[in-house]
Amino acid sequence: MADLKEDAVGLDHYGNDDFEAGLAEGKPLKRVEDLLLNMGPQHPSTHGVLRIVLDLEGETIVKATPHLGYLHRGVEKLAENSTYTQIIPLTDRLDYTSSMTNNYAFVRTVEKLLQIEIPERAEYIRTLVAEMQRLAGHLFWLGTQALDIGAMTVFFYTFREREVLLDLFELLCGARLTMSYYRVGGVDRELTQEIIDRLYAFLETFPEKVTEYNTLLETNRIWIGRTRDVAIISAEDAVNFGLTGPPLRGSGVNYDVRKAEPYGVYDKVEWEVPLGKNCDTYDRYWIRIEEMRQSASIIKQCLDRLPKGPIISDLPQIAYPPRDKIQTDMESLIHHFMIATQGFKVPEGEVYCGTEAPKGELGFYILSQGGNRPYRMRIRPPSFIHMGAFDHMAKGYMIADIVTIFGTYDIVMGECDR
Amino acid sequence: MELAAQLLVILIQIAAVMGVVLLHVAYLTYAERKVLSDMQDRLGPMEVGPHGLLQPIADGLKLFFKEDIIPAGANKIIFSASPILVLVPALIGFAVVPFGRDSLHIGDVEITPYITDINIGILYILAFSSLGAYGILLGGWASNSKYALLGGLRSAAQVISYELPLGLSLVGPILLSESLSMMTMTHAQAGGFWNWYVVKTTPIPFVIYMICAIAETNRLPFDLPEAESELVAGFFTEYSGMRFSFFFLAEYANMILVSCIGVVAFLGGWQAPFAFLEFIPPIVWFLAKVYFLLFFYIWLRATVPRLRFDQLMAFGWKIMLPLSLVMVLVISVAKYILTH
Repeated sequence: MADLKEDAVGLDHYGNDDFEAGLAEGKPLKRVEDLLLNMGPQHPSTHGVLRIVLDLEGETIVKATPHLGYLHRGVEKLAENSTYTQIIPLTDRLDYTSSMTNNYAFVRTVEKLLQIEIPERAEYIRTLVAEMQRLAGHLFWLGTQALDIGAMTVFFYTFREREVLLDLFELLCGARLTMSYYRVGGVDRELTQEIIDRLYAFLETFPEKVTEYNTLLETNRIWIGRTRDVAIISAEDAVNFGLTGPPLRGSGVNYDVRKAEPYGVYDKVEWEVPLGKNCDTYDRYWIRIEEMRQSASIIKQCLDRLPKGPIISDLPQIAYPPRDKIQTDMESLIHHFMIATQGFKVPEGEVYCGTEAPKGELGFYILSQGGNRPYRMRIRPPSFIHMGAFDHMAKGYMIADIVTIFGTYDIVMGECDR
Repeated sequence: MELAAQLLVILIQIAAVMGVVLLHVAYLTYAERKVLSDMQDRLGPMEVGPHGLLQPIADGLKLFFKEDIIPAGANKIIFSASPILVLVPALIGFAVVPFGRDSLHIGDVEITPYITDINIGILYILAFSSLGAYGILLGGWASNSKYALLGGLRSAAQVISYELPLGLSLVGPILLSESLSMMTMTHAQAGGFWNWYVVKTTPIPFVIYMICAIAETNRLPFDLPEAESELVAGFFTEYSGMRFSFFFLAEYANMILVSCIGVVAFLGGWQAPFAFLEFIPPIVWFLAKVYFLLFFYIWLRATVPRLRFDQLMAFGWKIMLPLSLVMVLVISVAKYILTH
């Protein structure tokens, strides 16, 4: 740099307004380049296959450009060729850390289109299972965010509790990762007494476990140093970038789909929406921790009030008949065969329905032209929308903060790339 | 004839010390994995041998037989030389560490509990440990990878910022023992734990020493040169096989070395904490103290997150350095007043 004259014409990544004019005047040419660092898609902490191209000045980020699409599987296109029942397992693969939330978001959209009523017991089961998924998702987030910042022990502690939840899911529907438990009109299987008992036992100790994670982090000076005032986004910017979920609430905006447009039994149980003040990573951490406590309380209330009754609507054209009837009842067998082979018909129309997933608002938009398949299905994944604000939130911070920002979004590439 | 015998004894001593140190390095990795897994509610290595006891040997064999890759565009000579440049300074420091009190006499031949006791022992170790940074920096630079380069740069900056308070924290023990020799320093702390320099110089220099030692050995929370979540593996991202294992060995050998220095300078070396416990052999005391410090390292790794680079630098220059300078002043003044 020393040999370059001060009045030289600069050329950086963003171009320079008086570049042409300067050349015309015969000024010498200088070229300033930042260090270009490619992070991912193969990198230990990019949460799958995210790729970020960083423009660096020393270790400071000048520009961060996310490159997406490495995990694109064309879920939306596949959905156009699948019946509504067949789409449910496809949605499992979106946010695979809490797959049933995706099921929930999808079946709610279809139900909105069909305008059908859900039995009360099914609503309670759905809500409490969705909250169990939120716990599983947030435990996953806490472990990985802490691991990215270097606190490895928290990761093992949170996975210990997540394991208990996964065992319960296994009891509930036979799967641990891609669960496909929700059905249009209700849920697939009964919540048995064994699950209820084990869930009560889990909830008994869970608040203590959250406190245990917090003893390692909450007042840890290094943890505070790494998260406080990192990746700040103002409430206005957060709204403008379309952030939802904890990243939005971390900036103090009181928006939670569960409160704004209550579904399930969220309007029947008592709970609060934790809000942040400082708009930084620490606040978003605190919000998710608090949400775990709230979720545990919602699950407990749901279990306490669980009514008796059917778990799926009595709509033979749409909902699968109960398993035991298929073996004995001719009508049921026919209905089961028809739904399984041809699916059910959905009236013409278009609908958007947002659901509060652990990561933010997960929305499904379905355009139906009648028939048993959607004409077009569009997913609004929170992770994808959050990536739009990545550059804005990363600019001016350091390389080390990149992984903190991944973590604070709680990004899952399955959902982001669809 | 006498010279030949002396030479032979020294060679045997060197071989023995290196053997013991490398064995400790191997089993330190095992201990680390076991202690970590115990703290993290899991089992750790269990497959190779009873309770995974042969795991370090299996790991070593695996690394030995792995293909050794030199990336395209790397500077071959420096790339090959830097693992050695890191490992040798780490091992060479053990030459002046006194492991025990008494020499062993076999006929006329005297076998000392140290390889050599030079009168500038501490300076010798500090000088060589600074050399290790060259290996890291050059290895990072020669790899022709941006991650490795950033790791190397971080390491150079880190070593420079923590070398100063580390050296200054050792000034206290040097002032009190009026010697740079490790053996003299140990003898000066005889007679119970209240004579150890950790007590005599107030624990502050010891704490400074421990923090800087962790930073010097690139351990959590100061493992930025090799922060896996940011820089993949830092300066040795491109290394594989035996060259990689050299860096790995050097890191653990350095851990043991800084623990040894810490024990000699602050925890009385091989001295027993109470006079009535002196029937226990000095070497046992020495090892027990070293193991305790090593356990502390592992414990720390399980507990704390990683600092960010700017925070690390700020901590080193704004807190550690002024504090250690103040402690040098305080200890000097106190010693002057007490002796006059």
